[in-house]
Amino acid sequence: MNARHNQRMGILFAMPWILGFTVFLAYPLISSFYYSFTNFSILSSPRWIGGSNYSELMGDQVFHQSLKNTLLFAAASVPLATVFAILLALLLNSKTKGMAFYRTIFYIPSLVPMVALGVLWLWVFNGQYGLLNEGLRHIGLPPPPWLTEPAWAKWTLVIISVWGTGNAMVIYLAGLQDVPQSLYEAADIDGAKAWGKTRHVTIPMISPVILFNVIMGIIGSLQTFALPYVMFPGGQPARSTYFFSMYLYDTAFQYQRMGYASAMGWVMFAITLSLTLLALKLSSKHVHYEGG
Amino acid sequence: MVAGVGKGLTSVCIVAAGLVALIGSERAASRQTNADRVVVTYWEKWTGDEMKAMKQVVDSFNASQNRIEIKYLSISGIAEKTLLATSGGNPPDLAGLWSDQVVQFADAKALFPLDDMAHEAGLGEKDYISSYWKEMTYHGHLYAFPTSPGTSALYVNKSLMPPEFDSPEKFPKTLSGFERFIAKVSKRAPDGSLQCAAFLPRDGFGSGSWPYMFGASFVDANGPSVNSADNLKAWSWVHSFALRFGVRETQAFRSGFGNYSSPQNPFLSGKLASMMDGPWFGNYIRLYNPKIDWFAVPLPYPDGRPDLEGYTVLNLNTLMIPKGAKHPKEAFEFIKYVQRQDVMERLCTSQYCNTPLAKVSEGFLRNHPNKFIRLFDRLARSPRAVGPVKLGIWSQISQEVGNAVDVMDLGQATPQAALDHAESRLAEQWANYRKQVLNQ
Repeated sequence: MNARHNQRMGILFAMPWILGFTVFLAYPLISSFYYSFTNFSILSSPRWIGGSNYSELMGDQVFHQSLKNTLLFAAASVPLATVFAILLALLLNSKTKGMAFYRTIFYIPSLVPMVALGVLWLWVFNGQYGLLNEGLRHIGLPPPPWLTEPAWAKWTLVIISVWGTGNAMVIYLAGLQDVPQSLYEAADIDGAKAWGKTRHVTIPMISPVILFNVIMGIIGSLQTFALPYVMFPGGQPARSTYFFSMYLYDTAFQYQRMGYASAMGWVMFAITLSLTLLALKLSSKHVHYEGG
Repeated sequence: MVAGVGKGLTSVCIVAAGLVALIGSERAASRQTNADRVVVTYWEKWTGDEMKAMKQVVDSFNASQNRIEIKYLSISGIAEKTLLATSGGNPPDLAGLWSDQVVQFADAKALFPLDDMAHEAGLGEKDYISSYWKEMTYHGHLYAFPTSPGTSALYVNKSLMPPEFDSPEKFPKTLSGFERFIAKVSKRAPDGSLQCAAFLPRDGFGSGSWPYMFGASFVDANGPSVNSADNLKAWSWVHSFALRFGVRETQAFRSGFGNYSSPQNPFLSGKLASMMDGPWFGNYIRLYNPKIDWFAVPLPYPDGRPDLEGYTVLNLNTLMIPKGAKHPKEAFEFIKYVQRQDVMERLCTSQYCNTPLAKVSEGFLRNHPNKFIRLFDRLARSPRAVGPVKLGIWSQISQEVGNAVDVMDLGQATPQAALDHAESRLAEQWANYRKQVLNQ
């Protein structure tokens, strides 16, 4: 009686979440899977067309280009942001006066809204009077056309992605503070230097945190939208910055092809899931979990 | 324990009930804030000065009668949101969309046809400049009424002009004269980099419509057509600027342009000696560089083709009633009010626009804050005034052609190959649109 009562109460208290999940996540998810097999132009009823949307995707050059752009961006930005966040966390883990202030300062950039960030970086990367090119000129390097040359435009976004590593940095910092001091003391006794301690103690001990952040980074970078949308309208130049989510958005809301856009969304889901599973599989021998 | 759970549950229920009541009351308020008045929800894209100007019209309408109250809401991404709200069965009563959305919305059966109400109100083709009227109609039906329109002309920075080009009368009328102007006025720094370009065809309002200047179009009887000989001529002319100034130099130069609405706008900062834009640009000049000495002229026409003189690109802000609107008749009352000559001229003056109405008062032209308003008004009445293509895939056409020009300028393909590629992409998209939206 008491157990059943508690069960009912538990379900009742979980109800807001269950309702929210059902209405705002499960239902749209299932609907979009259904729509991906239909012709659906938002205002007319969806019409079943089987796998036509998926077969059309296979021959869609813009789909391939946007996917390639997105994967390249993810391949460059995730490792870079990971290394940068770890280095920053290591620095901010040292015992220095005023550390709370530094931690706050390094975290603040990740709070800046993406649209504002886009406008700000447009100024920094401005080809003629941008801060970055001004600096490069001063040290005698040729200023690249960051925003207008396809070869540079994607790198511009990769560089900017480092700016938002504040969240990952905080998680690494928490991970670093969980590393038992006794392990460092043991390493000291064994004669390990700073690099040896980092390589053989710190990195293995925070490896689950690295795996978590890498997976989150992969998912986030595959969904990149706001920054290129603001900085490179239409994926200019020559669609070199046309990301998958931009094409999906245009397809759904500009071209009114919600069925096709749903199919794109599911393809991206499959890619994201595969990459996540691959990351988990590859990491199994390299991630060290305490107690097992 | 059980009592504690009960209290917690009661609190959850109270909060949930409060939220439901709040949502319900907001929804009710949006429909009926005053028992005596029907509340018409009006979604509009404008913010800033343009919003203020329209709000004044809304306020004057609300004060002019006691039956209807217009509730103005500034909405970003208005086209997408209107479409989704219409799909969800809860659209606004009025939507301030652009005329290039008439076709897409009408094809999707998302608009209320206005023919009968317009006929009843005595509003018809005779009351409007014909090019704007065409923008509001589709397949013989009227779907929109205008608010503030625009036309494109060439703004010229007088202080950067040599004496032979320093007035509207002396400025070149044909493309060969325009070439001389470009050669003479463009300046390079000692290191060879571009310092000032007389003109760049990919910047400014209407920069995606060049085929019209050469007498071409984006469509033929079968649908989109972007690789005809005249199209090739037009886009090769656009591409010639990258070749003339150097691809890298042009890229570096253009990457130095600041935001349109800022003092770093390339025309306002003196990087471009001339730029295509609409009458509203007069307001940006006032805001960001009022000291600039400028004049406006029509765009040039190809030599030996005086029939192509008077080319201009149209822009038209409109009011539409989405399908499923709760108060279409009351919404139309407001539309009718905006179409009054005095109201329209007041709105267009505040927004630095020309009028879409056939009748224009001398006072409007004389007192307008854009000193070249007569030119913009004349261009709107030109038979060479062109608006967006009447195909539901206009945004795809713009994107594909824009990409083709990028590809040309970057040397990744010849103009012909780039346009052929765009043509084949558009043929697929048009076939899809016909199948999926038009059910053909």
